[in-house]
Amino acid sequence: MSVTTELTGPGGVRLRPPRNPVDPRARRWWTVRALLIVVPPVVVLAALAAVIPPAAGWLLLALVVVAVAGAGYVLVMPRWSYRFHRWEATDEAVYAASGWIFQEWRIAPMSRIQTVDSERGPLARAFGLAAVTVTTASAAGPIKIVGLDAATAADLAHRLTAATQAVPGDAT
Amino acid sequence: MTDPAPPPEPTGSPEPYGAAGAAEPTGSGRTDEGGWQRLDPRNKPVAALFIAGPPVVVGLLWLVGGAFIPPGLLWTITSLGVTGVVIGVVAAVEWVTVRYRVTGERLQVRTGFAVRNHRSIPRDRIRSVDISASPLHRVFGLATVKVGTGQHVGSGNEELKLDGVSPAEAERLRAVLLYRTAQEGTAEKPAAEPEEPAVARLNWAWLRYAPLTMSSLLAVFGALGVLYKPLDAMGVKPADIIRLGVVRGAVGEFRTVPLWLAIAVLVLVVVLVAVLGAALLFVLTWYGFRLDDEGATLRTRRGLLTTRSVTLEKRRLRGVEVAEPLLLRAGGGARLNVVAVGLSTGKGESDRDKDSNARALLPPAPRAEAHRVAVRVLGDDPTADVALRPHPRAARRRRINRAVLTTLAVAVVLAVLGVWWLPAWAWLCALVLLPVLLPFSYDAYRSLGHGVTGRYLVTRYGTGIRRTVGLRRDGVIGWTVSRSPFQRRAGLVTLTATTAANDGAYKVRDVDPATALRLAEEAVPGMLAPFLADPPGRADGTKPDLGLAAQREDN
Repeated sequence: MSVTTELTGPGGVRLRPPRNPVDPRARRWWTVRALLIVVPPVVVLAALAAVIPPAAGWLLLALVVVAVAGAGYVLVMPRWSYRFHRWEATDEAVYAASGWIFQEWRIAPMSRIQTVDSERGPLARAFGLAAVTVTTASAAGPIKIVGLDAATAADLAHRLTAATQAVPGDAT
Repeated sequence: MTDPAPPPEPTGSPEPYGAAGAAEPTGSGRTDEGGWQRLDPRNKPVAALFIAGPPVVVGLLWLVGGAFIPPGLLWTITSLGVTGVVIGVVAAVEWVTVRYRVTGERLQVRTGFAVRNHRSIPRDRIRSVDISASPLHRVFGLATVKVGTGQHVGSGNEELKLDGVSPAEAERLRAVLLYRTAQEGTAEKPAAEPEEPAVARLNWAWLRYAPLTMSSLLAVFGALGVLYKPLDAMGVKPADIIRLGVVRGAVGEFRTVPLWLAIAVLVLVVVLVAVLGAALLFVLTWYGFRLDDEGATLRTRRGLLTTRSVTLEKRRLRGVEVAEPLLLRAGGGARLNVVAVGLSTGKGESDRDKDSNARALLPPAPRAEAHRVAVRVLGDDPTADVALRPHPRAARRRRINRAVLTTLAVAVVLAVLGVWWLPAWAWLCALVLLPVLLPFSYDAYRSLGHGVTGRYLVTRYGTGIRRTVGLRRDGVIGWTVSRSPFQRRAGLVTLTATTAANDGAYKVRDVDPATALRLAEEAVPGMLAPFLADPPGRADGTKPDLGLAAQREDN
């Protein structure tokens, strides 16, 4: 399955990818996150297999299944995520693509944006990355652009905040 | 009583809401300096009851029932009683310390002795006022006022609640908060006794729809489940009940009748309980229902024991939703819900229940009545049976696949179990599922539809509950196009219109990408356009032609 951030269909109407890719360091960030998800269960299963010899066969079988699936996840998810995640902020709207297997293109017009926050988790901080959260009046959740260079994120948040404050109204 | 608070009271005495014989012509609650008002003094007996109730009950049980009730159960009750007292005291402290005032700009509420909690919301953010009165409130002539703002920023910051004001004060707040301009200019009172006839009133013939709504059936069995829990907590086991003489007699009788008859009787009993329960719930919820158009606001009123009045600014309307649970649809009925900014409060399960109630514009009613009220409320009815565009065949294939896969999954589970526990042919039973599920697949596909009619984006989906949503096109505040790997294989996407109203998003499921993009551009011209790629062979820089010229001229 190829991962291109373009939505094409019959009839020639296409949704083009947002202009900017996320920071390349995001690949490593995603990889570490994937490892944090996959490694603990593998370690626990291995430890259990060592401690409980009668059940070792079953536990090792489970370990192999988890390890193979986990390895696939660690190898594939960061690459596909990096290829699919893109973002763009024009004078009119914020446009972001996210996901890897389940894919999502989201658009929020500038006039409908209520708040813009940039945030840095501990792991993202270690890679010099940050995320920008764009909140609208919708209860369905904000648009989150992850894997940005910290300086880029701060700059983007500033720009968007200034732009949205310039628009009157309560964005509902 | 004097009332030096800045907002003048509307003239005349509003009809006390919901409380029989507890009318107090002027507003209630004493006033401190600075226009701060307290809750109604009648909260004191309520608080006293709350605090004194549990010890009295527990004491009586110890005195009278000590000899009969097992000690374990008695101690459980006692600990419940202590918890009740603590809750009562906390609530009483809260009640005593609440102060509120309406200034020119804001509604302010502060609570607490040592740690002062101060909350205030700008009056121009207020979208809805919800007045309710529980039976206990009504006995003492009290009501609860909830003020909705439709803000989703942060949590718990969306709603202000004043628990325990007099009905007259609740009415005053409703008038002051929602009729700000009218009230300050001409002292025009939002009609407490409207001159215009109600838009809709309860018709008792609609009681026939009560057993047809899933939610009421679920509520009935949910109530039975809830009843079971405290019994279980108190150590009463179903086995104990069976050991009771009467029940044992009945069970004994039951053993002598043939199995088919026993099953038939059981089914009949369950259906009867469900139908009666649903009817009872309908009466409790919808007794005295009326929907009024008050000019700038819509107001629904209803309730037998707990009364409820929801007032909503009309300019916050973003459309309507017609919901048709399977049985109700078969019976020709429908529910009508409002799609509006300011009624939604977060995502909690119980909140959602309350909200879906607050959103109801009608009890379960004939479909024609739902559409009549929709027209009356919106001016036009996007949900009427217009020709919605069907979805691609691939959408039907997905729904059929789901039925087949569900059947297969059950068959596999039964086959695996068949290796050890079940007879080897058990997996064949799963095949029965397929003819049951397939009609649902076809119905789910038939339900799918979308379109743009006048000012509205319309989407329809669902089989268990078929929903037809008409969302104001100017209420769309963003788009999401999403696809799962399965949708990708089938060449489909889901288009989601995000909105400030209700739960925040309405979906057009399983359309092909080009249709989705065209629909979005047709509904809100220009929002998506900057991100559309020029189709091949169109490098001259003009905007891609979506074949929308004709529709644009219509609008």
